[in-house]
Amino acid sequence: MNELVFFINNVVISGAVAGSIYAIGAIGVTLVFSIMRFAHFAHADMMTFGALIVFMFTAMFPGTGAALGIPTPLLMLPLAMAITALLAIGIDKTFYKPLREHGVKPIVIVIASLGVTLMLQGLIRLFAGTSSRSMYIGERKEIFRLDVPFDLATRPIVITEPQITLIIFTLLAVIGLHLFLNRTRMGKAMRAMSDNPDLAKVSGINTNKVVMVTWILAGSLAAMAGTFLSMDVSLTPDLSFFLLLPIFAAAIVGGVGHPYGAIAGGFLVGYAETLSVFNWSVLLRPINHWFPEWIEIPRNMALVGSEYKIVVPFFILVAVLIWRPTGIFKGKVI
Amino acid sequence: MLAKLTEKFPEGLPVREVLVAALVFVAILLVFISQGSSYSVRMLVEASCYAILALGLTIQWGYGGQFNAGVMGFVALGGFCAMLFSMPVNPAFWGTELAADLGRVFLWALVALGIVIGASQLHRLGVPKKLRTTLTVILAILSWLILKAMFAPVTSAIESQAGYIGGLGLPAWMGWLAGGLLAGLVGYFVGHVCLGLRSDYLAIATLGIAEIIKAILKNEDWLTRGTATVSPLPWPTPGPSDLGFLLARSVYLVVTAIMIVAIFYLLQKAYNAPWGRMIRSIRDNEVSARAMGKDINKRRLEVFVFGCVLIGIGGGALTTFNGIFSPDNYIPLNHTFLVLVMVILGGPGNNLGTILGALLVYIIWVMSEPLALFLMQGGVDLLNSWFGWEGPGNLSGRALQARVFVIGLLIVLVLRYAPKGLMPEKVKHVT
Repeated sequence: MNELVFFINNVVISGAVAGSIYAIGAIGVTLVFSIMRFAHFAHADMMTFGALIVFMFTAMFPGTGAALGIPTPLLMLPLAMAITALLAIGIDKTFYKPLREHGVKPIVIVIASLGVTLMLQGLIRLFAGTSSRSMYIGERKEIFRLDVPFDLATRPIVITEPQITLIIFTLLAVIGLHLFLNRTRMGKAMRAMSDNPDLAKVSGINTNKVVMVTWILAGSLAAMAGTFLSMDVSLTPDLSFFLLLPIFAAAIVGGVGHPYGAIAGGFLVGYAETLSVFNWSVLLRPINHWFPEWIEIPRNMALVGSEYKIVVPFFILVAVLIWRPTGIFKGKVI
Repeated sequence: MLAKLTEKFPEGLPVREVLVAALVFVAILLVFISQGSSYSVRMLVEASCYAILALGLTIQWGYGGQFNAGVMGFVALGGFCAMLFSMPVNPAFWGTELAADLGRVFLWALVALGIVIGASQLHRLGVPKKLRTTLTVILAILSWLILKAMFAPVTSAIESQAGYIGGLGLPAWMGWLAGGLLAGLVGYFVGHVCLGLRSDYLAIATLGIAEIIKAILKNEDWLTRGTATVSPLPWPTPGPSDLGFLLARSVYLVVTAIMIVAIFYLLQKAYNAPWGRMIRSIRDNEVSARAMGKDINKRRLEVFVFGCVLIGIGGGALTTFNGIFSPDNYIPLNHTFLVLVMVILGGPGNNLGTILGALLVYIIWVMSEPLALFLMQGGVDLLNSWFGWEGPGNLSGRALQARVFVIGLLIVLVLRYAPKGLMPEKVKHVT
């Protein structure tokens, strides 16, 4: 049974955590993709930016969350979401909008977004350095150890406080997004614009406003994903290129321009990553005696080493682009 | 006199070209005066290697309109091949059982590949497609696990007994060519998957493959010694120990200059040939090119692979000159974005503009390091005297980040205000 608990700790929980973070990131990418038709490379650095804002406020007012009984970073999250949303709108107004109005090809805006990535990276590391920091300043990260009610299992299931909040917030974000896209006027306008921008424009939809709302959503979701990632592990300023690939893979697997697809894709990529670096021989060891004598189970049976984790999203990306370029749920943008 | 000139240059005098060339010349002269000739020649060799990289990218982005966001990966492949071919033979590997063991594992890998490919063709024998797919996937995973288990003891034996497999003891230029071929092969694979789809996908996939190539080179210690680095790499020309720094570097510069001239000549020919016209027509109006009966995806793949080959060759030359193969030295900023700035600033699609842009940007890049540090130090001192602010430690690291910011800003500004670069591509209008 201990092996099963090990499996739950290392695959089920950490896969859900990685999947939630990729899903929240991929929703933002896919929204920008469907409204403005370009791959926004600066998204990962917007995540880092949001986390950094949370970190700065937490460092300024340490321990304020204790009054409400929640961790301080969580208290600062709405503020960081608002600031990152403002940053996203500002970036769009200064850098992307002039290019868009110039009528350039989408790939030129992609290159511009890479330039923005570099600018954000430079700024973040100029002020925050490159070392990683803990988001918990003077506070303790709660770790819950749940005992399994079986005699054979001696080890507990381990889950931390940020992991639980992350999963709850992901659910809330998904439900909120669903209601927003389906019930509100603005959500419907967004869907209309992602279907057909010209038709949306002639039917009297204010496309500038739609673009702005898209950036607000993308920016605040990015801040949320970045903050939870940093709370779960630590705030690492130079993670962006390693986050981009899984997020884009998630968005493309789910079908670009498809928010629900992005969620599914995020969890798919997250679980694929954890499943491929999981050492399967742990699960085979208890049933070792069923195998014939000549089969010796190797000590390490992970599909890829953890240093090659980044290969997994790339593999998924390539497989999807070869067999189903529109994604699992037929994406609108191909 | 004037009439003769206008006859020779029907589109007006090449004022722009002369101005940019003069700017580059003055910049080189300033570096020579301020830094001494040995340092300046080194910088020129590096700049010329970067010019080859930039020519590769200008084929992809300027001619074909394809954006390669992973130049770094192809540079690293070129560097790896240069290292593998030029390093002396390692008797601790080739003289022992290890070579045979490694060969045996590779043979088994071939057998496994054959089995998996065979299983994927089972539908020809009447096996239902779903069963075939399941069988293929299971076989692939199983053989991958078995091969991994066979591979691990061999590689760890190589690492402990021989260090790494060593080189082939061949001249470095063969390694450069092989690097070009390997980069082209990887480019073919990536391009084959992505080029029929949206242009953004190619950027995402190349960004990913570059990080993967770096991860492989960094972690496969038996092949590359990983973070332990391999040095010194032998040069194809007499090294500094024979000729002294200045002369040896100058000879190397002659080699890279000849390479650039040859590549430039061939590219210029190709650009003005029907092939170049076809490529530009695909870039500018895909629909009408398709209507003219051009095989768009095939041509695009051609352009992409061609560019990757050049980037691989340039990466080989650059790594050999640096004399050290260290996977950690390949970073996106220096080997992807700097090259991108060279191309978009110099003039995408304009070969001469790309070369001049590469020289100019590289000189500015190298010279901006002390400048940024000086400015930062000055700023901190100023704030210190005004407000008594201590300033952050690790100023050189911070100065590097300031340059990262400037590179990003430069990319955005050039795209916005000078999308055609310093020397725009010349489009001939036939009346």
